[in-house]
Amino acid sequence: MNSYLDDKNGFYGDFGGTFIPEILWINFKELKDSYESIILDPSFNKKFESLLNNYVGRPTPLFYCNELSKKYKTNIYLKREDLNHTGSHKINNTIGQALFAKQLGKKKIIAETGAGQHGIATATVCSLLSLECIIFMGETDILRQAINVSKMKMLGAKIIPATTGNKTLKDAINEALRYWINHPECYYLIGSVVGPHPYPKIVAYFQSIISKEIKKQLQEKKGITQPNYIITCIGGGSNSIGAFYHFLENASVKLIAVESAGLGIYTNKTAATTIQGSKGVIHGSLTFVMQDKYGQIIDPYSISAGMDYPGIGPMHANLFHTQRVKFFNVTDNDVLQAAYEISQIEGIIPALESAHALAILPKISFKKEDIVVINLSGRGDKDLKNYIRHLNQFLK
Amino acid sequence: MNIIDHLFKKGKNKLSIYFTAGYPKLNSTKKIIQILQQSKVNLIEIGLPYSDPMADGLIIQKSNKKALKNGMNPDQLFSQLQLIQNEIQVPLILMGYYNQFLKFGEESFLNCCKKSGISGLIFPDLPLEIYKEKYQKLFEKYELYFICLVTSQTPDNRILLLSNISKGFLYVVSSISTTGQNKDFETDPLIFLNRINNLNLSIPTLVGFGIANKNSFNLACQYANGGIIGSAFIQSLDENDLEGSIHRFIASILY
Ligand SMILES: Cc1ncc(COP(=O)(O)O)c(C=O)c1O
Repeated sequence: MNSYLDDKNGFYGDFGGTFIPEILWINFKELKDSYESIILDPSFNKKFESLLNNYVGRPTPLFYCNELSKKYKTNIYLKREDLNHTGSHKINNTIGQALFAKQLGKKKIIAETGAGQHGIATATVCSLLSLECIIFMGETDILRQAINVSKMKMLGAKIIPATTGNKTLKDAINEALRYWINHPECYYLIGSVVGPHPYPKIVAYFQSIISKEIKKQLQEKKGITQPNYIITCIGGGSNSIGAFYHFLENASVKLIAVESAGLGIYTNKTAATTIQGSKGVIHGSLTFVMQDKYGQIIDPYSISAGMDYPGIGPMHANLFHTQRVKFFNVTDNDVLQAAYEISQIEGIIPALESAHALAILPKISFKKEDIVVINLSGRGDKDLKNYIRHLNQFLK
Repeated sequence: MNIIDHLFKKGKNKLSIYFTAGYPKLNSTKKIIQILQQSKVNLIEIGLPYSDPMADGLIIQKSNKKALKNGMNPDQLFSQLQLIQNEIQVPLILMGYYNQFLKFGEESFLNCCKKSGISGLIFPDLPLEIYKEKYQKLFEKYELYFICLVTSQTPDNRILLLSNISKGFLYVVSSISTTGQNKDFETDPLIFLNRINNLNLSIPTLVGFGIANKNSFNLACQYANGGIIGSAFIQSLDENDLEGSIHRFIASILY
């Protein structure tokens, strides 16, 4: 039994649910009726694990950082999700859901993407499994992420620009949902632990491989069953819940999620949902969301497209509310600094999203004997434009 | 007795018009309602503009965006409606998204609706179970009707369930689509509308989504108590000649 992961009618405490128009009811009924029997089936899991091992390159290393540990006077391990095929944790989920879609007899996949990481991971898996693939992407993001758009096209996906709202991730999800209303024969492959039940549950399950491996690797390397800290970044929350999953019931493991403060939590350029947000519905889920006093969703801001989401998933809303997970936030500047630091002392260029988790290191006082695991959710290739822009500021 | 019930006591062929509050101008709402009443529309649905209208097509998305930019919000709408309350006899329905209701404070929202002359509400993303558990009693307290939607994908037993909860009428979504798609109204939905008729529901039905002209409206009337027009009406609005454009549109449907 895991009280944080078990839902009651799709709710985690007060959060979650399926707040969808009746037109989508049948789409969700199909998912709800089938997901447990399919994804918990041993033969399904065998296929899933085989692709993770042979195609994605799992297990990913749990790497002890000598220099970083010295600097922060503790023991820092990185869970190297950046070494996955396509460069981030996103592919754990896309492989799982694409196999699920196949079992449901679906031939066409739709998905949203912000920076393009989930879009590429989806396009990749669709290519591998011979599924038709349509990616919804905000027009603003299409301009900002030209290379990723080209990659998705090369992989055979069709890109549909989202031209409403701020033309970013939130709007891409709206467009994907609208397309699904008009084309119920598709499978909607959502990219994080957000959206209506049962999506958060499905995505968390597929990402839980991260903490499963951490547990095993700590045992092998150190002979211990749990670390003192697990630190993750949180956009929607998928890499975070994946890294926390098997430790949620261990109250002595301190779990930390780092949000993007953007230019600062009290500027109007932020994505720090637990600070600026309140209880509300976004994309069919009751959770924490940034909104005005009339419930209009506020457009977020972050240097990092993957963190640029005005909500968090419902499981995290409950983990925040019950204080099982502690939330911190770091500014764009903190993030750049952390990214340059780890590049220069450990030889790893992280994704901007993942650098949020690293940027919290100076703000926490660890004990010398603490074991600290940081989930390095992705690699920084996609962020080079941003990094190069600040080269002079951070090079010593 | 709720005035929606009066409406359906007498005959069929009811025309319901949906428009977005605060569009094209912040103060258009009052005027649109007054003109719609003059032009013998039977029911008026006022859309509360929302930043993320999941179930709506492009035309309504655009009118929502403009209305929000114009400064429309629930407080504005309620005070505008209170100004014309005494002269309006047509039943008014308010349609919004659940988050607007939640954030405003559910009971104050219903209280304001009641005070502004609204008879019924539609929240397309408020699930039936949550409505029953948390809100049904409150709706009853304020004598407001909660109106449910069914679609061609809704199985018979669920249509029966929804028609038992829905008050005033059942909103029958003619096609599987977001609003304003208008695809093939003449063929696909007829099978569905026949299915609804065969269920012999005790509640009146109005057909909506994709009704755009006299033909599709008449067809809806053959199968149901009437039809709801939204996107096509909004598109026909001429900011510089509201009155003329509304009269012309309604005439094109009714005459
Ligand atoms: C590398 C990386 N990390 C983290 C995220 C944030 O998403 P989540 O919070 O769902 O892990 C993204 C999203 O695009 C990402 O690409």
